[in-house]
Amino acid sequence: MPATSEIERVFRAEYGRAVAVLVRVCGDIDTAEEAVQDAFAAALERWPQTGVPPSPAGWIITTARNRAVDRFRRESSRDARQAAAVALLEWDEPGDGSLEEESVRDDQLRMIFTCCHPALAPNVQVALTLRLLGGLTTAEIARAFLVPEATMAQRLVRAKGKIRDARIPYRVPETHELPQRLRSVLAVVYLVFNEGYAASAGDRLIRDDLCAEAIRLGRLLHELMPDEPEVMGLLALMLLIESRRSARTTADGAMVRLAEQDRTSWDRALVAEGQALVRRCLAIGRPGPYQLQAAVNAVHADAARAEQTDWRQILTLYDLHLSIAPSPVVALHRAVAVAEVDGPATALGIVDGLDLESHHMYHAIRADLLRRLGRDADAASAYDAAIARSGNAAERAFLDGRRRALDTK
Amino acid sequence: MTRYLISIYQPDGPPPPPEVLEPVMREIAQIRQELDTAGQWVFGDGLHPPSTATVVRATGDDVLLTDGPFVEGKEHVGGFMIIDAPDLDDALQWGLRYARATRLPIEVRPFQGKSTT
Repeated sequence: MPATSEIERVFRAEYGRAVAVLVRVCGDIDTAEEAVQDAFAAALERWPQTGVPPSPAGWIITTARNRAVDRFRRESSRDARQAAAVALLEWDEPGDGSLEEESVRDDQLRMIFTCCHPALAPNVQVALTLRLLGGLTTAEIARAFLVPEATMAQRLVRAKGKIRDARIPYRVPETHELPQRLRSVLAVVYLVFNEGYAASAGDRLIRDDLCAEAIRLGRLLHELMPDEPEVMGLLALMLLIESRRSARTTADGAMVRLAEQDRTSWDRALVAEGQALVRRCLAIGRPGPYQLQAAVNAVHADAARAEQTDWRQILTLYDLHLSIAPSPVVALHRAVAVAEVDGPATALGIVDGLDLESHHMYHAIRADLLRRLGRDADAASAYDAAIARSGNAAERAFLDGRRRALDTK
Repeated sequence: MTRYLISIYQPDGPPPPPEVLEPVMREIAQIRQELDTAGQWVFGDGLHPPSTATVVRATGDDVLLTDGPFVEGKEHVGGFMIIDAPDLDDALQWGLRYARATRLPIEVRPFQGKSTT
């Protein structure tokens, strides 16, 4: 007899797939979500007696379809609803093609591109993706992003209203528009990951969950678009960062710098998977920002000790990154590699030329360079500037510790 | 088909000189021609400057007229088009054509009613 937890697991795993199929069939997100929720409610009643069916996803989708037909029949006062009910009735039964893996995959792709449509604000894209693809509840998403549940609920209602009323299409973009549209999809997934990774505040468990969810979405994208190098790059980047999770903080939650982490506690399986993906995507020969960031992390993962880090290779990767996607933030991170290869003075010259005053990392990196150059008073005020601009308690504590260390020298 | 309003937001002040304006107007006429051919054109025109606008308010039995546009600002709707499009992506493509032609921000917004086509 399946426990409720087993049904919850199926829910998390299959909710997105079921909703994606039902949206195509019903033509409306709310109707699709209601139908899928009805189907899971039915599963909670039936599965404890009958056991989990051999294809839980198929059972959920068929049941949801039937519930949607019932709903249409009950509510059909208008011709449009009648027509929709007929369309649902005529929908072929599973087994003759409608539930083939490929068609479900296409529906999930449609869903991803609809949720991440550039006509929706980035925070709305994130919320919709977590709700409709990840199956997170509105309450969970609200907790993760530290907004009241009512605010998040309203954000989702408004977004679904815009999709419906402005007619954001439920389709995969054409080849010529794919690169641009894919960028916003990847940005959403990486935003989810970073939200989980930054752990600036809020419920720790939910934040770990966000990282896991982002990686799950990354795997899904990779499965749906196996030949896209930036999709591989993003997945690799997340896996390599995730591999350092346990080494990244002490038992009491304090931040540990990459150079000081216990590298034996890095998750070797994740490292191996990430590095294999980095090799595969770079071999395609269409480097992009995610691939290059993943490659930098792969180089770090190669070094058994911090002193063995191949900074020249990292610098080469940042040079390439700057040439294909120039940005002051990339130049700032490149300066860290310059400091290792050419010394802190050269790096400081580069950093001082960047217009990143409002960025806490700019001040933190500058502070470290000044410290290494023995300019303690300048370093102290740079740490102060970094602390004032950081929104993350663990990071502030870390920077404060570095600043104090200056005084005790 | 869904019906969309495409509004052009234009900075207040004198219009650009003819040598700038003329190619823009030619391109706008060209886009209209293409919308017509595609059966998507409904209506559209440019507006006189916001200084020609009058706001009407009814409070009880009183009528209050005020000179000038309702929204104060440095930019106002300078003209608009109404088109039919199969979905937002198509409407946005037309919006992009207008944005490229005018170099001005364009707002695309759906109507509540459905088009007849």
